[in-house]
Amino acid sequence: MVNTLLRYISNHKLSFFTSVIVIVGMYWFYFVDAIRAESMLGFAWRYSIPLVLAAMVGIIGERSGVVNIGIEGQMLTSAFIGFFGAAYTGSLIMGMFLGVGTGVVMGAFLAWTTVKWQMDQIIAGVVLNIVAAGITSFYYTQGQLLPTLMPKWSVPILSDIPLIGPVFFERGFFGLATLVFVVLLQIMLFRTRWGLRTRAIGEYPSAADTAGIDVIKMRIVNVTIAGALAGCAGAYLSLEATSTFERGFTAGRGFLALAILIFGAWYPNRVMFAALFFGFTTALASQLQADKVVDIPQQFVNLLPYVMTLIVLALAVGRVRPPAAVGQPFVKGSG
Amino acid sequence: MNALIEVKGVSKSFGKVEANKNLSMYVNPGEIVALLGENGAGKSTLVKQIFGLITPDEGTITVKGDATPIKDPSDAIERGIGMVHQHFQLVPVMSVAENIVLGNEPVKGLRLNLNDARTLVKEIASKIGMDVDPDIAIEDLPVGTQQRVEILKALSRKVDLLILDEPTAVLTPQETDELLEVMRSLARSGTAIVFITHKLREVLAVADRIYVLRDGELAGEVHASDTNEAALAQLMVGREVVLRVHKIPAAPKSEVLNISGLSVLDDRKLVAVNNLSLNVKAGEIVGVAGVEGNGQRELVEAIAGMRKIESGTIIAFGKEDITKSNPFKIHALGIGHIPEDREKHGLVASYSLADNLVLNRFSEPEFASRGVRNFKAINENADELIEKFDIRTSSSKASAASLSGGNKQKVVVARELSAEPGLLIAAQPTRGVDVGSIEFIHNQIVAARDSGAGVLLVSAELDEVLSLADRVLVIHKGQIVAEMQSEGADRVAIGRLMTGGH
Repeated sequence: MVNTLLRYISNHKLSFFTSVIVIVGMYWFYFVDAIRAESMLGFAWRYSIPLVLAAMVGIIGERSGVVNIGIEGQMLTSAFIGFFGAAYTGSLIMGMFLGVGTGVVMGAFLAWTTVKWQMDQIIAGVVLNIVAAGITSFYYTQGQLLPTLMPKWSVPILSDIPLIGPVFFERGFFGLATLVFVVLLQIMLFRTRWGLRTRAIGEYPSAADTAGIDVIKMRIVNVTIAGALAGCAGAYLSLEATSTFERGFTAGRGFLALAILIFGAWYPNRVMFAALFFGFTTALASQLQADKVVDIPQQFVNLLPYVMTLIVLALAVGRVRPPAAVGQPFVKGSG
Repeated sequence: MNALIEVKGVSKSFGKVEANKNLSMYVNPGEIVALLGENGAGKSTLVKQIFGLITPDEGTITVKGDATPIKDPSDAIERGIGMVHQHFQLVPVMSVAENIVLGNEPVKGLRLNLNDARTLVKEIASKIGMDVDPDIAIEDLPVGTQQRVEILKALSRKVDLLILDEPTAVLTPQETDELLEVMRSLARSGTAIVFITHKLREVLAVADRIYVLRDGELAGEVHASDTNEAALAQLMVGREVVLRVHKIPAAPKSEVLNISGLSVLDDRKLVAVNNLSLNVKAGEIVGVAGVEGNGQRELVEAIAGMRKIESGTIIAFGKEDITKSNPFKIHALGIGHIPEDREKHGLVASYSLADNLVLNRFSEPEFASRGVRNFKAINENADELIEKFDIRTSSSKASAASLSGGNKQKVVVARELSAEPGLLIAAQPTRGVDVGSIEFIHNQIVAARDSGAGVLLVSAELDEVLSLADRVLVIHKGQIVAEMQSEGADRVAIGRLMTGGH
């Protein structure tokens, strides 16, 4: 047991020591200023939840060989349907189901057009985004309210840990589910048959095909199921994070998630830390401004995630390697 | 003895092209059967039907007495048929173990059981006398080993019949010999093998029986013990083929290419060509022999102006420094280049044959005046070259994409030689080209030499280098490790030098 742990650490030196430094730094900050530390980390994680969910949509899609730039549209429509579904039916749970279901339906649309009919994946994604923006603005009405707020749950024991407990383990449904999804997807991708096959169809589909795997079917199923995560991301925004809906509500988070996906090198766990890094930097900037340490207009602070996206992408290009068959439709017998 | 597999009257058409016409064959357990034929003869089409990748239009394929049509590859695997494809069907970033169990994964509950996979790999590998680390990624393995992993993958499915599609196309002579040994040992243990090739030497070395295909039809079935290279070549092509290149001794004159201290990086920014020097004289063919990936591609691209040079100089015709030049200027100096990858660098697939034949000469006064193209001259040029180089096409207006591989190569060769270059850089000039066209291309290159051109020939086929070149250079890890006259050169010794031995 101890040996296995030591071997794991020596194989992952860089990530192990980075984690140690981050954790030590965080708790040092916590002992210096508990309130600020908790509020900033809380902000960072709230900011990260939809990004992590959305980036996982991208992970599943791209690991299977399908680029999904329609995540933004999936999220926006899910947030919309989730919110108004809950408002009209008077049931928060109904709204959650409708929101997640919307993500699945849009995922299925993307899967059928791009995998079955081999439509260009970028164009199909753009279609999703345009349709989403149009529908949600057109049918938007003011003055709707949620029947109830999303309740918060505290995970026993874990929520008692100082700093981490209240930040990660006292959340609503989607907040807690995100943690589960990250762990689950990480295990599924690298420890199960489904994961091996998914990675194979995204790297070299004809190899999977000759090994007797139905590439087309698997891509369709994966992209469709991934839609549920996009649905969660959207429903989180309108039902859990804010309890409201506005036009253009997702504000480019679906695209930001694609940058985080690259930053996290297509690994669910790394994507979570990449998103937290984005979130924490934004929190830091806001905090510095609120404390009048730096005096810059709010608009520039709001720009920060996008500027960081540019920097991260510029640095990441050439360092990380996307799945080799991403964006290429699979035609049976052509390999 | 009952045949393991029996193919009866199989026909398959793609559109108007009849790829297989009424083919019949059988394979007995433990037998090695070769399918021999030129490109486009229908060999691949036939085995793809046996493996269930495509279904026959007519005819039956009986596996162990069961004539149910083979639905798809999984069905074929189920019935004991395995296939090693010409393009390896391995996921480069995954480990050996992961690749071998893909599609047939051992699981413990919901979890993938990679330990079982590792044991399985070791077990099958030891059967064919191979030692491979199951956790190493495919992309980190040499090509020959990757191929053996492919064979392991097929064997892991408990195959009775193993199909090998052009297994030696990418191997060094040593690797080829090792593969032939593996094939023999598999056959001894009862596995039947069907292998596709157009290399006559291997067929005679390893096969029991040979089916020769020509234009989708069965041209003959012979026992390896009853035939020889010349007879097989004649069956393949349908006419007598001269296998040896006939050429008069070279008469080298002034130097046309001088490379000194050349260093070039590959796409991953690693040193590919390392302080290399060589020279080519007018009227001689200098062959560069080596295992692929030892800097040959980078060397050729550096000379052709397609790749940045880190250090060293390239002097053409004794006076022109082309170290920092570009492909356009280099062509204008009278240097022809037959690129290794004709699809990518040799042709524009969607352009007509006529346009492809003037691709790098379109602006020369012969084909254009005052910036306007002279279509009459371009078409006349095309008709002339199609005639002279025997390019099989419906017309000069047909797109390059419509041609077969051998004919595409003839287009590139025709264009480069029609400019009457003083120096010709020929990289893999006969790769994927059938026997008949190889003979033709070789003769054209020799003719260019005899009319005074210097030729730098780079080829992964040692036989080609030895028969065509006058002087042979052996390249290993980006350096020339040996130089010799091709006359009387020792194949085995060169093979050793190619892999870093002495």
